[in-house]
Amino acid sequence: MIMNEFEPKIVAFVCNWCTYAGADLTGTSRIKYAQNVKIIRFPCTGRIDFMLLLKAFGEGADGIIVSGCHPNDCHYTSGNFHARRRWIMFRGLLDLLGIDVRRIQYSWVSAAEGAKWADIVNTTVTAIRELGPYTDYAKVAGYLEKEAKV
Amino acid sequence: MNELIKKATTLLESSAVQVVIGYGKGSASRTRAIFVTQPADCDKLIFDSRCVQNLAVYLTKAEIKKLGKPAIVAPIPVLRSILQLAAENQLKEDGLIVLGISPESELVEFESFAAIETFLASNKIEIEDKYKKKIEQIKAMPVSERFDFWVKELELCFKCYACRAACPLCYCTRCTVENNQPQWIPAASHTLGNLEWHVMRAMHLAGRCTDCEACYNACPMGIPIHLLTKSMLQDVEENFGTYGPSLNKQNTLSSFNPDDKESFIR
Repeated sequence: MIMNEFEPKIVAFVCNWCTYAGADLTGTSRIKYAQNVKIIRFPCTGRIDFMLLLKAFGEGADGIIVSGCHPNDCHYTSGNFHARRRWIMFRGLLDLLGIDVRRIQYSWVSAAEGAKWADIVNTTVTAIRELGPYTDYAKVAGYLEKEAKV
Repeated sequence: MNELIKKATTLLESSAVQVVIGYGKGSASRTRAIFVTQPADCDKLIFDSRCVQNLAVYLTKAEIKKLGKPAIVAPIPVLRSILQLAAENQLKEDGLIVLGISPESELVEFESFAAIETFLASNKIEIEDKYKKKIEQIKAMPVSERFDFWVKELELCFKCYACRAACPLCYCTRCTVENNQPQWIPAASHTLGNLEWHVMRAMHLAGRCTDCEACYNACPMGIPIHLLTKSMLQDVEENFGTYGPSLNKQNTLSSFNPDDKESFIR
């Protein structure tokens, strides 16, 4: 098989109680979706540090999905409300810095929304495929490798 | 500022305070922070347009706390920082005496933190037009060009952390950048780590920054890091209504409203 088409690397930061269970449902419902996504499970979206998103880009991710419980559904009552504020502020900062905010997809996926999860992943993969590899950030992230070689 | 010197002398003589934090003569034509502990030294205190350092930074430092109860010379930016520190429970109302200086360079005394808030109500933070324009200009660039602009600026950073040391609100005794298990932010000053550091700094100041520009003034490379915090102030206003320190509201990122609006979450 010739693999020269660009395959986006997507990292998904999801909460344990809704989106992770939702993604599980996608699997048990036998819904097929793009395999480009690597899911990382967190206790809550409120626990997802903004630095982790930068670390994902630094490690070569082309796109990121951040997903958790719908507003009012948080297992810890208010984690996702705090997370939402943080994302609003973080998105504005990244946009000013020229980090491509189109590469970060935020979503609410409940434990019952297996089909929505498949759709989020598929549309994100399509969108990132169109944007191409994240070469801008790789220029900066490449410093680490260059230094290791010296 | 004879009034200031007189007031400082009385405070020290009556032992109402043990140290006066103020501005004094520095090298060449510059001014520096001085810590006056003897009434006789009070005539070293000066105040003029060169005094831009934010003295509030010293209020939370262990070395200064050791000197005893302070009085602090506080022009508007310092007053804002004091109010924010008070709102974050970092200062006790009877733990310091604030020698406020009005925009007309007059000495103002405050009974309480609430009085500072009332005074500041007529001196709201305003982002200057030249900065608004600069931020707009950056935001108008295509995304790659914008990134290149910042990479070029942040390449200059050599992680001296002067921005952190100068900021009154960066008072954590253990900062994330010193954590090395794991090494959260690379210690070397390559651009990736520099970018991560400045993102983290700005995020930790989101909704707390009082726009004193101490970080920018302290930066030996002149990196416009104050644009990041200024832009975040605009974001706070746009999304959550008000900004600026207040005793009656929680910080933007330590509170929430179930009705917060955004347009990017699916």
